[in-house]
Amino acid sequence: MDPMVIFDAGLALALVALSWAVLASADRFASVVLFIVLGLMVALAWVRLGAPDVALAEAAIGAGVTGALLLATLRHLRGQPEAPPSPAPVRWAVGGMVAAVTAALAAVVVALVAAPRPEGLAGAVADNLAMSGVEHPVTAVLLNFRAHDTLMEVVVLLVAVVVVWAIDRGLAPAHAPQGPLVDLGPVQDGFARLALPAAVLLGAYLLWAGAHAPGGAFQGGAVLAAVGILAILAGRWRPEPRHRAWARAAFGLGATVFVLVALGVGLGPRVAYEYPLTLAKPLILTIEAAVTLSIAATLAALFFGREPAGLTVPNTVPNTVPSTARGGRP
Amino acid sequence: MNIGAMTLAEAAGLGLMALGAGFFIAGTVGMLRFPDAVSRLHALTKADTLGLGLVVLGAMVMAATPGAVLRLGLIWICVALAGALGAQLIAAFVRRSGDGSGE
Amino acid sequence: MTAPGPDLIYGLAGLGMFAMGLYVAMTGTEALRRVLALKICAIGASFLLIVAAWRATPDGIDAVPHALVITGIVVMVSAMAVALALIRRIRALEDAHAAAGTPAAPPRPAPRRRTRPQQGTPR
Repeated sequence: MDPMVIFDAGLALALVALSWAVLASADRFASVVLFIVLGLMVALAWVRLGAPDVALAEAAIGAGVTGALLLATLRHLRGQPEAPPSPAPVRWAVGGMVAAVTAALAAVVVALVAAPRPEGLAGAVADNLAMSGVEHPVTAVLLNFRAHDTLMEVVVLLVAVVVVWAIDRGLAPAHAPQGPLVDLGPVQDGFARLALPAAVLLGAYLLWAGAHAPGGAFQGGAVLAAVGILAILAGRWRPEPRHRAWARAAFGLGATVFVLVALGVGLGPRVAYEYPLTLAKPLILTIEAAVTLSIAATLAALFFGREPAGLTVPNTVPNTVPSTARGGRP
Repeated sequence: MNIGAMTLAEAAGLGLMALGAGFFIAGTVGMLRFPDAVSRLHALTKADTLGLGLVVLGAMVMAATPGAVLRLGLIWICVALAGALGAQLIAAFVRRSGDGSGE
Repeated sequence: MTAPGPDLIYGLAGLGMFAMGLYVAMTGTEALRRVLALKICAIGASFLLIVAAWRATPDGIDAVPHALVITGIVVMVSAMAVALALIRRIRALEDAHAAAGTPAAPPRPAPRRRTRPQQGTPR
């Protein structure tokens, strides 16, 4: 018997148990922390299943950035009572439906496992890899073969930050972050001084490595976003209204460069995204660098939440707001 | 793979990793059994940093290239720094919120 | 019967996460937990894609499903950010109502449930 089966079964059990704990835990904070742990476990499972790029993305974005977003939102929900559960008929009806769907899907999964191994698309990707301009198949798919998907993904991020700024514009001043979010003390400050440059380097490395190894724009962008989040948390950098124009430019940069390259290629004798072979690698790296900057700025802005302009509103009435907002901070 | 075919480096690496796993287990037991937050942190951070160090050392012994050895060392340094920072933040929070009497 | 391979083990685990996430997303009453449930549901669905990729090429990288899942992760973080902003905004509006001394209980954070005429004090 393969000893890996024990590892697989243990990890799979941990995944299911953690998911249950996230959903069933009575304490919101515990729920979020368990969710971050779950994200890291999922990343481990994806390494096991031979998907290191996905594991990097999940650990950086799914666990890291999402966890930071959740913790930032948690601050606003303190003291809110739990709502009563849904009525029993709803729960039974939904439960029955979910059970039926799951049973049908389980039958498919079991049948698939017994079926002969499928061909997959790895062969098709490998055959055309030489024409893509990069050596790593996932980057080739993301930035060349299915580049339109990736452009749409960048646009989704752009839309998300526009919507979040619009929603948060109406937040009451008491919910605005005041001063440095938390006074984290000198150790955090020293750590930030040490870690931030290293993390910038790591983000750039991940971007560069994406051309020939697991990594790429999304993972690198998430690491750079973490730099921004840490800088905001440590109070080393505060978004201010005069940064807004730069922020907007950074949000739009990725999509703009992507579209311009696609148009530039498409206006010639070629189809959009069909980069000429000699220019493919520089073009892809240009797009990736722009997209990385955009992702980093966007994810950090999503963490910060409100548009920097909102912060100046409490400052015009300095005596009323800070005392209430500073009250019971963890 | 059977035991006989193992090289000395593999045996040493696996031994170090097993030792490291033992420290992880000890740290986890400490976290579950110790009474208050600060002593739990004490168990967790020290045992885990040492445990990870041993696991990394084991992986270094088995690593193929000097580059891999260097990267493994970097991983250990980063995790140790992050663990120390996390422990310090939690401890500061515990002291602020209840002077050690809290959970 | 041989020992189950990782495709079966992780396929079923992903399916379990999908089912739990779907159930809580549809029946949950707390907004934050419903968002978490949706993400867990998405992770479960991604597991099926990654398992399919592993079955096709156990020793290599089947890049197309992997790229799809990475896209999914980024789209999911965007969707969650918007959902969390809505949650924050709803909470702020509730607080504003409470501060203004509105007599009725503030609306609960699950805005979709309008079927139950609950007037009592929330727990």
